[in-house]
Amino acid sequence: MLTKRIIPCLDIKDGRTVKGINFVNLRDAGDPVELARFYADNGADELVFLDISATEENRKTLIKLVHDVAEQVNIPFTVGGGISSISDVEALLKNGADKVSINTSAVKRPDLINELSLAFGNQCIVVAIDAKQVNEKWKVHLMGGKVLTEVDLFEWAKEVERRGAGEILFTSMDHDGTKGGFANEALEKLGRCVNIPIIASGGAGIVEHFTDTFKYGKADAALAASVFHFKEIDITSLKNELRQQGIEVRL
Amino acid sequence: MQIAIIDYGAGNVKSIEFAFRRLGVETTLTHDRSEVQSADKVIFPGVGEASSAMSKLKQTGLDEIIPKLEQPVLGICLGMQLMCAYSEENNTKGLGIFDVDVVRFSEKVKVPQIGWNTIKNLKSRLFKDIKENEYMYLVHSYYVPLSSDTIASSNYELEYATAIKKDNFYGVQFHPEKSSIGGEQLLKNFIEL
Repeated sequence: MLTKRIIPCLDIKDGRTVKGINFVNLRDAGDPVELARFYADNGADELVFLDISATEENRKTLIKLVHDVAEQVNIPFTVGGGISSISDVEALLKNGADKVSINTSAVKRPDLINELSLAFGNQCIVVAIDAKQVNEKWKVHLMGGKVLTEVDLFEWAKEVERRGAGEILFTSMDHDGTKGGFANEALEKLGRCVNIPIIASGGAGIVEHFTDTFKYGKADAALAASVFHFKEIDITSLKNELRQQGIEVRL
Repeated sequence: MQIAIIDYGAGNVKSIEFAFRRLGVETTLTHDRSEVQSADKVIFPGVGEASSAMSKLKQTGLDEIIPKLEQPVLGICLGMQLMCAYSEENNTKGLGIFDVDVVRFSEKVKVPQIGWNTIKNLKSRLFKDIKENEYMYLVHSYYVPLSSDTIASSNYELEYATAIKKDNFYGVQFHPEKSSIGGEQLLKNFIEL
């Protein structure tokens, strides 16, 4: 049976992991390659790398990093941040990325989704959507959440599926950073709008939040950063608990 | 040991190269026909769409070479599907090594299937030291139905073939290069065939 996935997310800046990370056993806590290996060896089902600095110089650093991670890590990984063309994706895949995640560039030019899925297959294209509720409507936001658009979350999700996205990574900005749980109501509705896998993101604080997002949000995967980085939640213990709650996971 | 990875521009082969390197084996990425023919083992990778992948194979004449190979050949993901007779994906005629047609999952399940699923009813030395219900990583919208060539199956909407074998030809739907320890064991077994 297909299992639910647990995905740690690493924010990358200048080739280093940012956000405080607190692993005692790592020589260099900021080294994304070591962190990636640590997660791969400790129960993560996939990894997401988000490049939060997107200058030309950083792009080269990122590509080198993708290469180094791919060399070491035996689970799939997705790279996102500043991707806006076929050649961007080509360079990442050639260096060992398995999937790419696009966000702002897809809203600005939706044809990009069609072009990328035609060139690389839809399994390779994750469309990330950041949204928050404005007057009780879920509105898509751009540029890492800084820019509000008039685009409706659910309409946009249907459109990205039609255009060839293989997966949706939905971050609720209302929940992100709160550690109060995932946006399960919106996730559940999203799951009824599209027939591609949905990754829940934003709001993980305790183990029950993961249980809830799989049970009530019907998410296919759950992504989190700080709860894993700060060792508040250990992935293997989390998965043991999920299994006890009747949720299929890889252990 | 010479392991050739067939290069026909189909998706990401870097991770396969890296996976073999972690096992201490160097591979050669090539579309040179004689290099493919003379290798000890051949990997037939593939991610992406069936019809464009087939036309790329035809451009290099590899479509005629592959079915005649006599050394162990491992088709991965789309590589496995292209070894079959036909694929529903854009009505693509395959290499016909396996007499079975590749079909799409229905809308009853999420398509593509993405993630870790279990494999069972394991047959063949390819699965030596791999336990029943081991997890493997899969990403696909089309699948190979069960047949007499099935050597492993999984369940998604229905029971289907996640590995097939005929003579020297092996195909796996999952990505061993991305399937953690179980996947590594499978590649090791392939090296030792």
